[in-house]
Amino acid sequence: MSVTELRPRTPAETALVNLAEAAGADEDARRSAIEALRREGLPHRRVEAWHYTDLRALMGRRLGKDQAIEAIAAKEAGSTESVLAPLVAGSTVVDLDRSEAASAPTGVSISASDDLADWHETPNHLDRPVDTIRVVNAAFGARIAKIAVAEGTEFASPIEMRSGIGAQSHAGCSVEVGNGAKATFVERIEGGGSPAPSSGVSYLTVGDGAEVLWIIDQAKDSGAAHLGQLNVTVGADATFKLFLLNSGGGLVRYEIHAVTAGEGSEIRLRGVNLLENDQHLDVTTTLRHTYPNTTATETFRNVVTGGHGVFQGMIKVAREAQKTDAKMACNTLLLSQDGDFSAKPELEIFADDVQCGHGATAGEINADHLFYLMSRGIPAPQAKALLVKAFVDEVVEELETEDAIAEALVAKIDAWLERSH
Amino acid sequence: MLEIKNLHARVADEGTEILRGVDLTIEAGEVAAIMGPNGSGKSTLSYILAGRDDYEVTEGDILYNGESILEMEPDERAAAGLFLAFQYPLEIPGVATMTFLKTALNAQRKARGEAELMTPDFMRKVKAAAGELKIDAQMLKRPLNVGFSGGEKKRAEILQMALLEPKLCVMDETDSGLDIDALKIVADGVNALRSEERSFLVITHYQRLLEYIVPDTVHVLYKGRIIKSGDKNLALQLENEGYSQIIDEAA
Repeated sequence: MSVTELRPRTPAETALVNLAEAAGADEDARRSAIEALRREGLPHRRVEAWHYTDLRALMGRRLGKDQAIEAIAAKEAGSTESVLAPLVAGSTVVDLDRSEAASAPTGVSISASDDLADWHETPNHLDRPVDTIRVVNAAFGARIAKIAVAEGTEFASPIEMRSGIGAQSHAGCSVEVGNGAKATFVERIEGGGSPAPSSGVSYLTVGDGAEVLWIIDQAKDSGAAHLGQLNVTVGADATFKLFLLNSGGGLVRYEIHAVTAGEGSEIRLRGVNLLENDQHLDVTTTLRHTYPNTTATETFRNVVTGGHGVFQGMIKVAREAQKTDAKMACNTLLLSQDGDFSAKPELEIFADDVQCGHGATAGEINADHLFYLMSRGIPAPQAKALLVKAFVDEVVEELETEDAIAEALVAKIDAWLERSH
Repeated sequence: MLEIKNLHARVADEGTEILRGVDLTIEAGEVAAIMGPNGSGKSTLSYILAGRDDYEVTEGDILYNGESILEMEPDERAAAGLFLAFQYPLEIPGVATMTFLKTALNAQRKARGEAELMTPDFMRKVKAAAGELKIDAQMLKRPLNVGFSGGEKKRAEILQMALLEPKLCVMDETDSGLDIDALKIVADGVNALRSEERSFLVITHYQRLLEYIVPDTVHVLYKGRIIKSGDKNLALQLENEGYSQIIDEAA
């Protein structure tokens, strides 16, 4: 039996609902999302999936005061779109707000839709029945833009997806990659100084034998909030690679939910979280293996100079998913006493012939490595920088991608490392 | 060049005294060998020379060209011309060997007020030195020491030594883990670097290495002190008689 807790909404919850209503609630689907947000409120630490990211408390600090709401209104009025170079030179840039691209590559179609994210069920069984990120996304009226890549299409340069760079941006997209196609997508999350969160919900279907690399480049302004979610279905013998780079923002949660949809699929998740000052960064993943002979590897590396980091990784192996090979690792380099990192790996295995493993480490720079470099004449700050860079660059290497993409990611990481030293 | 005076040192964490009054002088151009049984303090001495902070010097001094180096950081000692060839060179994943070599070389040049080496000059230098040591280009493309065999690691140490051109080379059991062919390559590399200005402190268990790198002086370290010094014949004597007789004589 479940008992619905009846309680008054916090000022932050009320503020968020008011903001959603103010942004326009003229249609049924959106009204019901706003209603769900009003009814369910924000998740708190007693909701297992949000235990380390108590959104109600964290948003309370941002939206709990009337001044905060006024600040949003001022920001909205003054927000200007900045002209941003694509992460990888030569990319096709798609504006999700307008569902248009400068010129779509051959075999790729981009169209608008009136669909909102479906928040009625959550891909994480530890969450509430209503999916928080999707309900926020739908309540704020994000439309799901449709991108389709035709069967067998291969294009070398990435498709970069952006939505309004302003303070309040809520975007969605649904990407279908046909059988045997090969494509790279970059999800660019930038800007936004608002205390209210921006949000993004993406759906990706990787067709049989297709190969997709999805890069999330989250570099929100200092102090900005963002809620992101990617839902992936990976077809038979398909490869899905993901790279998540968190190098900005004040309060950020990004969820990745992947499920296999055929035998022989491969999932490779890699990510780097760079934390400083008062940031709160949360990466939550669920991998569901539902077919035999699928593999997944997941590695996140975190550099903490301050703030709070969270990694939650769940691997679920269904009874029929024999010969699943899944490995998960979360390694943290703590460079300061001011920061911390919480890692929660979870395995739920119902098949009896599988290989699953997980490991989490946290530590300081290896003193032996540091001494070795210094004994060759490299001064301590330079030697430490070299070791921190090595720690994160390794994850980029493991992605085994084209040089241009790897170089772009390393350049972003370098810029952060330079800044934080 | 190097004067170690009544050096006492202990493990910083737990206070175990390891060196109990080491006295040793090495002249410019001299190759000095230190031999001694396990646990005599040989590796500790090499780490203290290089500036590792796991050890604490409680008494005595180390003078390098007449000046104490005890307060110097490891990188400052390296820039001043001191080099330690590690017994177990470290594998450092993610740090490209070439990046490391160039960073180290230029950091030392910068510390000495010299101009940085440009990439083409650097590449030429590495290529020449690597060729001498039979290190192939593929090895240099890997991360530092990662996946290198024991012999490859030791050759990579000598390559670093050749590139950095130190004045005082401390070699900690460079012969351990080497087969006879690798030992010859390493010894040839070291011998090629011998000069009137460059000194060597060669630490080893066995006389074998000293057949290839012939020392000017041999010192026996036991329980943290030099208990006997002599010329290369002392190493031969140790090979034949073991350490026990010399230890008994000293006691």
